[in-house]
Amino acid sequence: MVGAACALYAARAGLDVIVVDRGPVAGGTTGAGEGNLLVSDKEPGPELDLALLSVRLWTELAQEHGESIEYEAKGGVVVATSPGSLTALERLAAEQRAAGVTAVPVAGDALYGLEPHLAPGLPGGVHYPQDSQVMPALAAARLLRASGARLFTGRTVTDVLRTPEGTVLGVRTDRGDIHAPALVNAAGTWGGDLAALAGTTLPVLPRRGYVLVTEPLPRMVRHKVYAADYVADVASDSAALQTSPVVEGTAAGPVLIGASRERVGFDRTFSLPALRALAAGATRLFPFLADVHAIRSYVGFRPYLPDHLPAIGPDPRVPGLFHACGHEGAGIGLSTGTGHLIAQVLTAKTPDLDLTPFSPDRFAEETA
Amino acid sequence: MTDRPHLAVIGAGPAGLAATLAAAGHGSRVTLIDSAAEAGGQFYRQPATELHARRPQALHHQWQTWERLRDGLHNHVKAGSVQHLTEHHIWFVERLPRGFAVHALLGPEQQDPATVHADAVLLATGGYEQVLPFPGWTLPGVLTAGGAQAMLKGTLTVPGRRAVVAGTGPLLLPVATGLAAAGVEIVALVESADPRTLLRQSRTLAAHPGKLGEGVLYTGQLLRRRTRTLYHHTVVEAHGTDRVEAVTVAALDAEGRVRPGTERRIPCDTLAVSHGMLAHTDLAESLGCRLDGTHVHVDEEQRTDVPGVWAAGEATGIGGSGLALAEGHIAGNSAAARLADTEPDPGEWAAAAKSRTKLRQFATALDRVYRPPAHWTEQVTDDTVVCRCEEVTAGAVREAVGALGAGDLRTVKLLTRAGMGWCQGRVCGPAVAGLAGCALTASRRPFARPVPLGVLARAGEESAQ
Amino acid sequence: MTSPLDLADAHPGPAFTVTLDGRRIEALPGQTVAAALWTAGVASWRSTRGEGRPRGIFCGIGVCFDCLVTVNGRPNQRACLVPVAPDDVIRTQEGTGHDD
Repeated sequence: MVGAACALYAARAGLDVIVVDRGPVAGGTTGAGEGNLLVSDKEPGPELDLALLSVRLWTELAQEHGESIEYEAKGGVVVATSPGSLTALERLAAEQRAAGVTAVPVAGDALYGLEPHLAPGLPGGVHYPQDSQVMPALAAARLLRASGARLFTGRTVTDVLRTPEGTVLGVRTDRGDIHAPALVNAAGTWGGDLAALAGTTLPVLPRRGYVLVTEPLPRMVRHKVYAADYVADVASDSAALQTSPVVEGTAAGPVLIGASRERVGFDRTFSLPALRALAAGATRLFPFLADVHAIRSYVGFRPYLPDHLPAIGPDPRVPGLFHACGHEGAGIGLSTGTGHLIAQVLTAKTPDLDLTPFSPDRFAEETA
Repeated sequence: MTDRPHLAVIGAGPAGLAATLAAAGHGSRVTLIDSAAEAGGQFYRQPATELHARRPQALHHQWQTWERLRDGLHNHVKAGSVQHLTEHHIWFVERLPRGFAVHALLGPEQQDPATVHADAVLLATGGYEQVLPFPGWTLPGVLTAGGAQAMLKGTLTVPGRRAVVAGTGPLLLPVATGLAAAGVEIVALVESADPRTLLRQSRTLAAHPGKLGEGVLYTGQLLRRRTRTLYHHTVVEAHGTDRVEAVTVAALDAEGRVRPGTERRIPCDTLAVSHGMLAHTDLAESLGCRLDGTHVHVDEEQRTDVPGVWAAGEATGIGGSGLALAEGHIAGNSAAARLADTEPDPGEWAAAAKSRTKLRQFATALDRVYRPPAHWTEQVTDDTVVCRCEEVTAGAVREAVGALGAGDLRTVKLLTRAGMGWCQGRVCGPAVAGLAGCALTASRRPFARPVPLGVLARAGEESAQ
Repeated sequence: MTSPLDLADAHPGPAFTVTLDGRRIEALPGQTVAAALWTAGVASWRSTRGEGRPRGIFCGIGVCFDCLVTVNGRPNQRACLVPVAPDDVIRTQEGTGHDD
């Protein structure tokens, strides 16, 4: 998705774009995502600024592509499960409002008016009308097509070609060389591998997540609904399994249930403990789900950088190399802002956001 | 609590029954777990007990084999060496640090959980029918040949009065004769195989006179009823509004294309169709077993590459009931020995091993004969539904490939929703792969059955303690 | 003309009544919902979620999920698997089956 967005905005900025992927379109984490475009789960700071920019750009794209990418401006509801977490949630909401987010506290009847099937007795929550959703694989495919970029799927980059001084000349693939003065690393969870080919480092690690998918249902869950502890999970550094319920309906009918995070490398086996935790969390939030069937589950690996912020912008260590990866569970949402910023730096314009917090060389060099 | 090692055999068809008898006969404690109310699987599906059928053998072949299996099971259950759990619908087999937990849903409602713990697992999960789409195939009255047979064997009912049996494969003949014996008029048997391929495989096929004799027997039965049999023909379309009323069949040329001008319309109220079989591999895959293409990989002892997991029967490669029996026998013997920490003696199953080799050769030869027409996709119009569950058309699949660049099954699924419905691509997988021109890769399905979230929320909690 | 019951020399217990969308139909002990519907001459009991097209039995063995029907208020039951019982209330399904 991030690659597709970079291609789209770069093409719009007048650049000739080639997109290379060793797999198919949406073959990486994009194909395993829920397609969330969120501002609700971000604390004020650079990531929230990027999210606000991205949401605005998604709204524009939705005007042309909305239906074909299953865009839904459904809004998000974050639910507090205890009075203590409600206080913390409202404090966060106030901070987010100050940063430009629409965040409306809802309690009692107002909460159940938004989501009538929530478990009874919840103290309250916050409504985020700006949250929306797309179908990520469709979105990536459609944006790539709209960009007009040349697309080489099933083609593996085996080396990054550079001048003796270290400037990017292009890439070597298993099916020939491609020359270009600028290379954008949008390889997501594998961004570290591509950085290494270019002679530099980017410490991207995989953070495994599962999604449960239910049988098709009439619209029972109207928004993306999640528990307030989700934000803490994202920010956590623990490698152990962390789960926090995230539930949303889709245009096609099934309900999607997340979210789990674990650092287990690239292990794709299905973990019953993780799926059990997802089911338990979801049925606690929405008791009606107990009788609803899970018909499938899928696994994906979020790209995670040590400070939970993506790498966006030029790599000072390798002229001509730009990074656009490491979005950890927010890649779909943040892709448009990322693509827009990349297009700006590629065409030597001042980026709309200060890219310092996202600079690719901000991590200490790993000692051999 | 017995300290005999415990084997869970999953599936009570020929392979599972043979495995159960072999393992129990060698002293293993066996739990035979199956989704049906009676043992038998598909091949030996029995009429429901309450129908009080006094002559069920009229619906079956090789009845004596079934009697041996049925009685053997009964004796072991009586002796306490085998527990037969019926109506257990297994949705996941969990690998534990020691042994396995088999997670099931009970009864036809499939709402209540049941878990069985075992030291080893033997997967005899069988197979199901493959049907490639054609215009009109979603009309009521169009059903799988095996489905018509299952309904007849299990409930003593038939789909209609005038049936066309079509497609390709050794199943068509017994289905046609079975339906005919039950009072259905078989208006035509339409087999797409080219008789010349049959001739080319004749040496291998002739090495199995018993099986050939079976085929001759079925053909004889049909001829006696003067059933029109059309070889090297295919169904081009099924017609009707709320139910099938007629089919159009046409002849195929040497390349497997429809020969224009040979179309003819055959009135009927039922179309039983089959294009071969596929293996059920979900449980094996979630256990991490290696697959060869679309079936479970096993060694000469029927062991998968996951320690403690055996597999036998159609799940390791479609090959019919005789092969399933041989494989089940070997797997049960191997499992019993290995669970007792002894080396098995292959001499004990030498006859079964020989049988297995021959029957695998026979199955391979049959595969070469009974192929769907090479250019079947040309008959699939853009508005033909390909994914029945999500009603995704061939046109949508073609657009995903052409306009959106999808080149593999998973990407086509992501972009069109084909394979995302209740059946999770079991029916449409081969069709989507064929239309997209990509390999049929096995789908990764953690849930072999839909599982209620309330059940999933507690599944395996005791094992985690 | 033989019937399958004759072929297998079956002697089921007495027939009982169930309803399909309020219409009374006869069923035999040992039949599945699908078998009872077939015997009553009914070939479809569901309309699809997208196009509203009729569906009945396809695979007959519980794999394809075409034959979904609502029995005694519970939707999405596979008619080919569920045994029929006296006084069962069977309803044809539309959409997701939960629309009622």
